[in-house]
Amino acid sequence: MATPRKTKKQVLFAQGNEAVVEGALLAGCTFFAGYPITPSSEIMEEMARRLPRSETGVFIQMEDEIASMGAIIGASLAGRKVMTATSGPGFSLMQEHLGYACMTEVPLVIVNVMRGGPSTGLPTSPAQGDVQQARWGTHGDHPIIVLSAASVQECLEMTVTAFNFAEKYRSPVILLLDEITAHTREKIELPLPGEHEIFNRVVPSMPPEWYKPFEDTMRGVPSMPPLGSGYRYHVTGLTHDVMGFPTQQPDEIKALIERLFRKIDQFYTDIMLVDEYLTTDAEVGVVAYGSVARSAELAVAQAREAGVNAGLLKLKTLFPFPRPFVERLARSCKTLIVPEMNMGQMSREVKRVAASLTHIRTLNRIDGQIITPSQILKAITQG
Amino acid sequence: MSDVTELIHQYLRHNKKFPHVFCPGCGHGIVLGSLIRSVHELALSKDEVVLVAGIGCSGRIAVYVDFNTVHTTHGRALTFATGIKMANPDLKVIALMGDGDAFSIGGNHLIHAARRNIGVTALVLNNSIYGMTGGQSSATTPKGAVSQTAPFGHLEKSFDLVKLASAAGANGVSRGTVFHVNMLDRLIAEAVSRPGFNLVEIMSPCFTQYGRKNKFKSAVDMFKWLKTETSPLESWEQLPPEEKAKRLPIGTFLAGQEPGLEVLYGNLRDDLAAKEQPR
Repeated sequence: MATPRKTKKQVLFAQGNEAVVEGALLAGCTFFAGYPITPSSEIMEEMARRLPRSETGVFIQMEDEIASMGAIIGASLAGRKVMTATSGPGFSLMQEHLGYACMTEVPLVIVNVMRGGPSTGLPTSPAQGDVQQARWGTHGDHPIIVLSAASVQECLEMTVTAFNFAEKYRSPVILLLDEITAHTREKIELPLPGEHEIFNRVVPSMPPEWYKPFEDTMRGVPSMPPLGSGYRYHVTGLTHDVMGFPTQQPDEIKALIERLFRKIDQFYTDIMLVDEYLTTDAEVGVVAYGSVARSAELAVAQAREAGVNAGLLKLKTLFPFPRPFVERLARSCKTLIVPEMNMGQMSREVKRVAASLTHIRTLNRIDGQIITPSQILKAITQG
Repeated sequence: MSDVTELIHQYLRHNKKFPHVFCPGCGHGIVLGSLIRSVHELALSKDEVVLVAGIGCSGRIAVYVDFNTVHTTHGRALTFATGIKMANPDLKVIALMGDGDAFSIGGNHLIHAARRNIGVTALVLNNSIYGMTGGQSSATTPKGAVSQTAPFGHLEKSFDLVKLASAAGANGVSRGTVFHVNMLDRLIAEAVSRPGFNLVEIMSPCFTQYGRKNKFKSAVDMFKWLKTETSPLESWEQLPPEEKAKRLPIGTFLAGQEPGLEVLYGNLRDDLAAKEQPR
């Protein structure tokens, strides 16, 4: 018997946007709808080339971002793993259907490559101005999962994670990148088949006449049959009962909204992803995400060389906010620094959970330039 | 008559609490009946039909009928329908919208769905008004008509839905009314069985929010108007120009047979797969 040949990982020199496509295809994405917008367009262009060459893949360019979201929601209801990609102005247009997807529990992934704003802003410059829009942009109370990535390799991995969370929790998942991560070219390794766990949505196993499309179960996540599979049910953005029919009964309204929150809340530990770098003995902590986390990593290393016990908490999950990790770091540090390319959107969250535990300093940049390691180092050494 | 009632009951959801939301004299229930008869006539299974509805009075029709039903957002039903059809071309996707829904807030989606020739049947229930929100002007409110937002008479022109959909590139375009029910059954059945994008404009009166403010004495009066002021397209074409302007033509305006986008995309995938086969 021949010994199996050791399979070698394929190495690519790719930008973050291309890595997102690799991650999506690896996760099983077979449907993409989008509208061109800088700096995310490479994602849709690559999807336009790749999807028609797969067995069942569908790519469609829609008339605007509202339509892109409508199309992927429809395709997801029909059983596909779906994605769209955009940037700030397009993300604003997507808020209407983001709320619809929350209410109807439709799995989907939105990649938002953040650029300077507000409005048309700085189309080709980086920013992190959409953090709170990702959390609260659509109207009404709703839970949401927001992820980020700091490197090209992470773009691939976090895209797979985004699909897994979307399917597992029947929830829209937003992957927030910034222009730097999206356009930087780096060497990445494509994972081997089976290396990443791929989660597929749970479909009902009971007979159709027993199926309750929005039933409250232990997990809080109902099973989801594709349209046309014999489970005929009603989908609506109106507040609905367990059968999916509109309701105005206070007890049914309360049960639905509370379940939507519970199905995310009770899996906090699964969803909250962070990387910790030299945090165990840190006296000055940096909390960062996206490309800023890479500047922060270098700054922390340089601070250590200069004799300052610095540490980095890199947030990969932005929402639900990784509160326990921030609190733990805040307890051991005399200062927490939150550098970000906005006027202080994530530092609001850090202050919310840790203002009473430590001193929190913000470091904000909104001039379309990256936050450099030396800027962060300066803040660290100032304590 | 009892046959018709029995047929309707086969397709209604018995686990949904009636009564329905429609006002006395509303035409929307007639459209629902017509849709059910068309689906039955075409011998489609309930599992393969997806009814995608927008927001407004017409949008509420979806909840009553035992198909796969998706009640979407205001004006965007066609975007969902496009995604569903592209994801699974075997499904019969019918989008059901109102005039404000399809042509005011959803006008952009409609012209692009028509241009793309996506294999979806669009039924636009035109009652010339925003009914559910209380009778405000829509894109099809006639010039001079009174509404809650045009209390001194509407100054704007209204859309001609048939011309708009035709110009945008729809495969099939027709217009019917809830008075001409047999014709409506036929128009819907033909639209559903034709390939590509097909639009049926259905004149469905709203007495509550439009008629009683615009000199109609009763709902019956509005149905009589549908009878007397419309002409089948074939006879309308024989009329002198000044008569043509006064009367609304009904019937089939376009009946193209171009394959839908979902078919073209499937062909593209097959072609690419054939090219990439190892020789």
